[in-house]
Amino acid sequence: MFTVYSEEVTVERGRDRRMLDNVKREVIETDLLIIGGGTAGCLAAVEAREKNPNLKVTIMEKAHINRSGCLAAGMNALNVYLNPGETPESFVKYVRYDAMGLIREDLVLSTAKEINSTVQKVEKWGLPIHKDEKGQYQKRGRWNINIDGESLKPIIAKAAKKSGAAILNWTVATNYRTSNGVVTGATGFGLRDGKFYIIKAKATIVATGGASGIYKPNNTDGAHHVMWYSPFNTGSGYAMGIRAGAEMTSFEMRFIALRTKDTICPTGTLALGFGAQQVNAKGEQFMKTRFAHLGGEGAPTPLRAYGPTMEVKEGRGPCFMDTRHLTPERMRELKMSYLDMYPNIVLYWAANKIDPTKEPIEICGTEPYIMGGHCQAGYWITADRAATLKGLFACGDVAGGAPYKFVPGCWVEGILAARSAVKYIEASQAQIGLNEKEIESEKERVFLPIGRFEKEGEGVNPKEMEERLQKVMDEYAGGVNTFYEMNEERLLVALKQLDRIESQEKYLVASNLHELMLCHDVIDRVEVAKVLVRHLIYRKETRWPCYQTRIDYPHRDDFNWLKFVNSKKNLKTGEIEVFTRPYEQIVPGDRYQPK
Amino acid sequence: MAILVDEKKCTGCGACVICPGDLMALNKETRKAYIKEQKDCWNCMACVKECPVGALTLKLPYQLANYKATLMPEVFEDHIKWTLTDMDGNKEEFVIKTLEKRG
Repeated sequence: MFTVYSEEVTVERGRDRRMLDNVKREVIETDLLIIGGGTAGCLAAVEAREKNPNLKVTIMEKAHINRSGCLAAGMNALNVYLNPGETPESFVKYVRYDAMGLIREDLVLSTAKEINSTVQKVEKWGLPIHKDEKGQYQKRGRWNINIDGESLKPIIAKAAKKSGAAILNWTVATNYRTSNGVVTGATGFGLRDGKFYIIKAKATIVATGGASGIYKPNNTDGAHHVMWYSPFNTGSGYAMGIRAGAEMTSFEMRFIALRTKDTICPTGTLALGFGAQQVNAKGEQFMKTRFAHLGGEGAPTPLRAYGPTMEVKEGRGPCFMDTRHLTPERMRELKMSYLDMYPNIVLYWAANKIDPTKEPIEICGTEPYIMGGHCQAGYWITADRAATLKGLFACGDVAGGAPYKFVPGCWVEGILAARSAVKYIEASQAQIGLNEKEIESEKERVFLPIGRFEKEGEGVNPKEMEERLQKVMDEYAGGVNTFYEMNEERLLVALKQLDRIESQEKYLVASNLHELMLCHDVIDRVEVAKVLVRHLIYRKETRWPCYQTRIDYPHRDDFNWLKFVNSKKNLKTGEIEVFTRPYEQIVPGDRYQPK
Repeated sequence: MAILVDEKKCTGCGACVICPGDLMALNKETRKAYIKEQKDCWNCMACVKECPVGALTLKLPYQLANYKATLMPEVFEDHIKWTLTDMDGNKEEFVIKTLEKRG
């Protein structure tokens, strides 16, 4: 039990001593800075300390590492594990098939090689994994094993603390510190103490996760955060990279998850764990009929979201996962499975008197998320997980090019990034100084919304700006409202409106530190949206139906588009430059077959 | 409504401020927990699990679910006990392992 009090620092107007004038500075020196203490970041910290126990490793976390990131409520399965008979190569083939023939095979291969040993490592820390009669991990699907993962996050957080890493909880990162294009740490502010943090680091690993809240969510108003991806993953790691001129890849491969309606819970539990099939309003198993030639119920993930989306659009909705075959015993097991991960659905059934053994569970596609864990939006990295900026490494959902990594893949990436960062630190002779001018200008940028509140008392509330961003993206950049469809003309309207929103950022106001975080959340989301829309405009084909449905280019075009769309901000002009990088096939075979 | 605080039970220990969205806080004068913004809750139940005296309850947003049902966790060293009560008062209990203890 810990006792961290949240003494809200509230700004009062007209006081003699203004908060802005009294912002204290905290300078911290570390060898390795890890931004984000979630799934990837915790494993990175452990690995770095194991590789070199003399290094000072610091985790900068905007919440508390015991329950931060995507795993706050837990997980009921590990969705990447090489079950008996599978190899790293067979995994690459499957991931390539699932991502419609385009992935960074080097990244996926290097992750696959260390999945099983990493899962065993976390098991030793105390993670309960289901076993069969022979003592083997209980298989849930081709790449999945069942766990009791309610405490998965506290378990890995404990390992990170035990490793000797210093943990800065409640510290929001705002930008990298750079000197001549080399990343030398980060700046941020304390959510509890209101201090301006300057972290000097010899190497930096970004592990902040992806971005939700870019598009209008399925649920709005009082339920707007009842969503699948963590609403507190706000794309800050992407935004910091974009502002520093790091190269990004594949933002246009958005993730639209097939989820239970209202509660937005994962459906893999139902399909893989409990044998539920998709049916439409007429009771037809449409994936098996209309998508038979693409794999039926085993079709690539984007098509399994595209299928029900089209059923609804064409008047055959609502769609369901059919659970009516479940016995009362299996139904109880299903509830226990969800209690380990999304307890809200169990409460929802009880509150609404829904019995899934008697009625099927309605499903829907979610609003688009930007992330590199299921899809491949993120930093363009080398096989060593080095970003294009020297001194910076990326892992987990914020790292691009390697979809289908899920929790175990994020762990491995954390480990790989840590190994490279440790080597980089050991070889580095650099002395890290403080550039007073840059630090002052970042401090001014960070605390501007509080300054405006103190001076003017009113302005733009960060939530108003978030709503406006989500409306624009939903209507013009392929949100739920348009069945995820988009065309160039609409995307150009989105771009124009995003510029309009960005020009209003100077009017954001915050009356306390929580609101200051919300201001930076929305600033970062707008930064991500601007890059995203440029990526969506650039790829003139439809590679991932639903994730990226270009109605003006409705077909896949391998001849012209079997390549990555990348971008980076030109720091001299401020323009986002978009270009392509080639695809390289490493594992032989038909790219559109799962084996 | 997302998190309901029973002020009679709340001891002001501050455990609930673990909320990953920085939504739980203690009132400076009363030392009781409160949620800064009901609608920003993710329903992850981190705060509910952390509360040592069972002072917090998760209420699903009314636009999604009927009033009255409850789901209460009790956290032990290596397992969690859930008590689910539906809108008619029928109870169901679940005990789930959370930690594999090593000898």
